[in-house]
Amino acid sequence: MDLDALAGCLSSSACLVTQTTSGLIIGMLLFLVAVGLTLIFGVLKVVNFSHGAFYMFGAYFAMTAYQLTGSFALAMLVGAAGTAILGLIFERVFMSRVYGADVLMQLLVCYAFVLIFDDVVRIIWGPEFKSMGMPSAFQVMPLFIAGGVVPPYYLLLIGVALVAAIVLGIGLSRSRIGKVIRAAAHNPGMVSALGINTGLIYGGVFALGGMLAGLAGALAAPVRSLTPGMGFSVLIESFIVTVIGGMGSILGALIGALLLGLIRSFGSLGFPLFTEGLMYLFMVIVLVSKPTGLFGREAA
Amino acid sequence: MTDLEAGRTERLLPVRGGVALQRYRDVLIALVAFVVLASLPLFTGSKALLDFVIRCSAYGLFATSLNLLVGYTGLTSFGHGMFFGLGAYGFGLIMQKLAVPIPVAFIATLTITAVVAAVIGAICVRLKEIYFAFVTLAFQMLIHSTILSWASFTGGDQGLRGGIPRPAFLGIDLSNHVHLYVTSCALLVLGLLAMRQIAQSPFGYTLRMIRDNAARASFLGIDVWRAKLTVFVLAALFAAMGGMVMALFVSGAYPEFAYWTISGEGIFINMLGGVSTFLGPMVGTVLFLLLNDTVTRFTEYHGIVLGVVILFFALGLRKGLLDFVAEWAARRRETGEGR
Repeated sequence: MDLDALAGCLSSSACLVTQTTSGLIIGMLLFLVAVGLTLIFGVLKVVNFSHGAFYMFGAYFAMTAYQLTGSFALAMLVGAAGTAILGLIFERVFMSRVYGADVLMQLLVCYAFVLIFDDVVRIIWGPEFKSMGMPSAFQVMPLFIAGGVVPPYYLLLIGVALVAAIVLGIGLSRSRIGKVIRAAAHNPGMVSALGINTGLIYGGVFALGGMLAGLAGALAAPVRSLTPGMGFSVLIESFIVTVIGGMGSILGALIGALLLGLIRSFGSLGFPLFTEGLMYLFMVIVLVSKPTGLFGREAA
Repeated sequence: MTDLEAGRTERLLPVRGGVALQRYRDVLIALVAFVVLASLPLFTGSKALLDFVIRCSAYGLFATSLNLLVGYTGLTSFGHGMFFGLGAYGFGLIMQKLAVPIPVAFIATLTITAVVAAVIGAICVRLKEIYFAFVTLAFQMLIHSTILSWASFTGGDQGLRGGIPRPAFLGIDLSNHVHLYVTSCALLVLGLLAMRQIAQSPFGYTLRMIRDNAARASFLGIDVWRAKLTVFVLAALFAAMGGMVMALFVSGAYPEFAYWTISGEGIFINMLGGVSTFLGPMVGTVLFLLLNDTVTRFTEYHGIVLGVVILFFALGLRKGLLDFVAEWAARRRETGEGR
């Protein structure tokens, strides 16, 4: 425990800015993964235990596209689109068979795919750590805000995630397709009776969730190292996010992810050995005081 | 819904006098099983076979204890492996640091496990299915990351090295391979017998009722939370026993023992053997270890093979092996009685 370091950081604006931005990028990446998880759960009523694999594939797709074309924008696009297609296939061929089945079955099918996907990555890209490297467009002088160092790429990452959050939030509440999705979450039988193809909606939601996780992976690729199995810790953390924020709530996922990101970045100063423990502790406190999560509805 | 529920094909509570009879039968089967297993070294000198049985004991205790939660109570725990890891580490650490006789370390580890399981269980068992599964998983990851980061105490990612001291106790010398083998078999048989008694006791039937209809059980005056917590702690104890057998076998403890894949394997073993019978997980354990050993011999990518086998069972058969046997027996009994 190193409370002096924590107090020292809290009293210096430079350190405060640095830690807050690093907390924000952790939080924003977590948000993109968690919001897909919560969306899929909200509509399909299954927890996609293999969601971390989409994050992993997004990162690897982006790295390969960047190495082949040298274009950062294209890399992001390939990362997101590739995982969307993967999500669609995965949902239509496998997950659609276990809707309404025992939780055990759903977990087993996803567990099987966690094993398979990790090995597929190992076969295609190799078992060693890989890194995509920072694109040259972002290899510029970092910004100095109130004495703190902020790499410009961090701002892009936070911006993209915020745009995704706003588009999702407005899209789900205002647009026609958003209303259909919410209706399908509420009563799929009635929606299909109205002549809407619910299978298509389910596939689309799964693809959207996979795409968001893939986008998170692609955005993370320049700043994190890539390894088979990298998706699993992200999955656990984003699940903690959804538990804290409340399953099925987009705002909850955003708040939960940001809180967790800040806990991680400041916790690593004050409690270097217990950073992960702090997240769990926070989750337990939320669960005990409000079992449905901060923004969850009753009997979700 | 799939019928992944233990005891579906059994008849209801045996009539008066039948309970005692069934208990004698179970004890008799356990005795015979132990004698057969323990006399194995007399017929074969194969160290590989004995090692295989020891590993089956460790995994079998773990998988069967998971079935108490999954099959009997309907609690899908995805973090049950944490108690396996806790048992291995607790036992190894006590033996290394305190140098007490083995039975003392055994009891002390069980006590620690009970306390930890009671705390985690008190938080988890209120939660509904998928939340329960993931929050138990989250606790598993917490324990795993604690083991990794507390390197000065647990050895970090290297695991507990330097071997676990195994002083002889009452003439039983666990550093002797045959002694270790017989002890593992004894622990397995005793553990299974104890779990069988739990499953067939009135408390066991309470658990089945909670699984089938928790609201009704609550109306009847059963404290559902307490019953679930009790079985959570009991199952944790047997899982820790499995972990201790594993720690004795490899003479150490490794972070993989507490990793989530152990829990995943446990769930898969239950699926493989079937959760509708008491011995299903045991059959699943033997199948799983055979499968695992065969696959790792031929390819380094055993995840893919294992994944495909899991998919085949989960999507294709939708049942475990002993489930089919139990159903077949039930059908035979029905037609037999109908005549």
